[in-house]
Amino acid sequence: MTGNFDKPLTERMHSDGSVVDLQAYEQAGGYQAIRKVLRTGMTPMEVTEEVKNSNLRGRGGAGFQTGLKWSFVPRGKDIPNPTYLIVNADEMEPGTFKDRLLMERDPHQLIEGAMVAGFAIEADIGYIFLRGEYTLAAERLARAIAEAYEHHYLGENVFGSGYSLELHLHISGGRYICGDETGLLNALEGKRANPRSKPPFPPSVGLFGKPTVVNNVETICCVPHIINRGAEWFKGLGRTRDGGTKLFGASGKVKRPGLWELPMGTTVREILEEYAGGMRDGVKFRGLLPGGASTDFLVEEHLDLPMDFSSLDKAGSRMGTGTMIVLDDQTCPVGMTWNLTHFFAQESCGFCTPCWSGLGWAERILKSMEEGHGQPGDLDKLAFQTKMWAPGHTYCALAPGAAEPVQSALKYFHDDFERHISEHRCPWR
Amino acid sequence: MLTAEEIQEIETEAGHYPKREAVCIDALRIVQRHRGWVSDDSVHDIAEHLGMSDTDVDSIATFYNLIFRKPVGRHVVMVCDSVSCWIMDYDRVKKHLHERLGIEYGQTTSDERFTMLPIVCLGCCDHAPAMMVDRDLHSDLDPQKIDSALEKYK
Repeated sequence: MTGNFDKPLTERMHSDGSVVDLQAYEQAGGYQAIRKVLRTGMTPMEVTEEVKNSNLRGRGGAGFQTGLKWSFVPRGKDIPNPTYLIVNADEMEPGTFKDRLLMERDPHQLIEGAMVAGFAIEADIGYIFLRGEYTLAAERLARAIAEAYEHHYLGENVFGSGYSLELHLHISGGRYICGDETGLLNALEGKRANPRSKPPFPPSVGLFGKPTVVNNVETICCVPHIINRGAEWFKGLGRTRDGGTKLFGASGKVKRPGLWELPMGTTVREILEEYAGGMRDGVKFRGLLPGGASTDFLVEEHLDLPMDFSSLDKAGSRMGTGTMIVLDDQTCPVGMTWNLTHFFAQESCGFCTPCWSGLGWAERILKSMEEGHGQPGDLDKLAFQTKMWAPGHTYCALAPGAAEPVQSALKYFHDDFERHISEHRCPWR
Repeated sequence: MLTAEEIQEIETEAGHYPKREAVCIDALRIVQRHRGWVSDDSVHDIAEHLGMSDTDVDSIATFYNLIFRKPVGRHVVMVCDSVSCWIMDYDRVKKHLHERLGIEYGQTTSDERFTMLPIVCLGCCDHAPAMMVDRDLHSDLDPQKIDSALEKYK
């Protein structure tokens, strides 16, 4: 299905799944944004301002203003050296499969984005932090980085401008917690990926104690297009205030699971019914997690909401990564909540008590419910636990994220939880 | 003892970081790629090479799930147990693999051909259920596809 709108992130991709190499990327207008920046004498602050004006918000899930994040980096001659740019390519949010596409199919777009972002924050060294299971992305990124070095697009004195950027690919050893900004910094320093206390925030004290910006893959991929075509054009791509396009996806028992680049603000219903083709024959829609495992369930009443950061925040959920996981009526909502909580309990790094202790406790309650051993009072215990995982009780967002599906499942599927307890069994088994 | 090849690969990666300890995870991955897993001796050798304590290196090795601190078979089957695969009948995939290989998670077949492990979301949710064997992703799994996929790994 093709809509009549720009798809800057995916338009160059080959339909056979092969990689867009350097030559193909350049023929399609690639590496023009970095040339524009360096040859027209744009300053780092001007690039930062342009991205700020575009209203680009972080595509990793949190939706922080990208240009604003960049503006926190100290600049000038007297700052601690070097400054680091990190591309967070540790895509591990369950139900999320968008960054993999961008890296496997068009790796030079990411590299050019990193070059422009690196210029904007006056970075000297960049790392792409890639999860270990993304083996094809690793091969293709490594090849693309080598191509960029061979053509002197990376390294010393890019395009004779005096700007230099080293870019390295780091392959992770695993664990969801590495996707947390400061957990990632510790992993890159060769340590356990425990999160750090904030403040100080990474733009002032980050990797090896130096100024550091961490941006998601999709966020970085938007940057060259903003420079090429302007902040106003980018804002105009979206249907709502949050600018740009977004890679939206759907998985679960829908007719056509997949991934589509659509205007920000496309409604949940359009994605679910027009792009994903609606539910498979024989199953009915019950709810969905709009953007990965750590987002609150949405149900029928929310289907006409625009998928963007602001609208879903207002509805009490989050857009997260924008890749929805659909729950159908043949699948047990308690079982699904158990699966999600099992994931978060397993992936807790063990640093903060509400997380390592509470998530395991909640998982055991959900497991016992699924196995027919639920007790009266279990739902109160679950609700109490999720309050303990609130932001501010832990160093990072893992436990607050784990609370979202549990709290919303208790709200929207309350009767199903009650039936598990009163019938001493899972009605779906 | 680390081999010359391993040391060379570790040193190449070490050049990407301002501090020597930072290459620890890369070093563990490199040794594992050559030997299949990371033994106590390898932990010691990496520690010595990087000027770290054995305990420090082991605390890192045991934190990261893609570093194996026990011997594994010639091929490692990692089955996605996250939410989208679970909805798409992960239980059937797991059951079939258990029956077919005769092992539970964390175990290795007696011919040392396969080790089976659970893995978190592989980012293949639109083609769930999915698994990885070594470096290869296998998707849209059903018992027939699993059987034919396993044939390739001797």
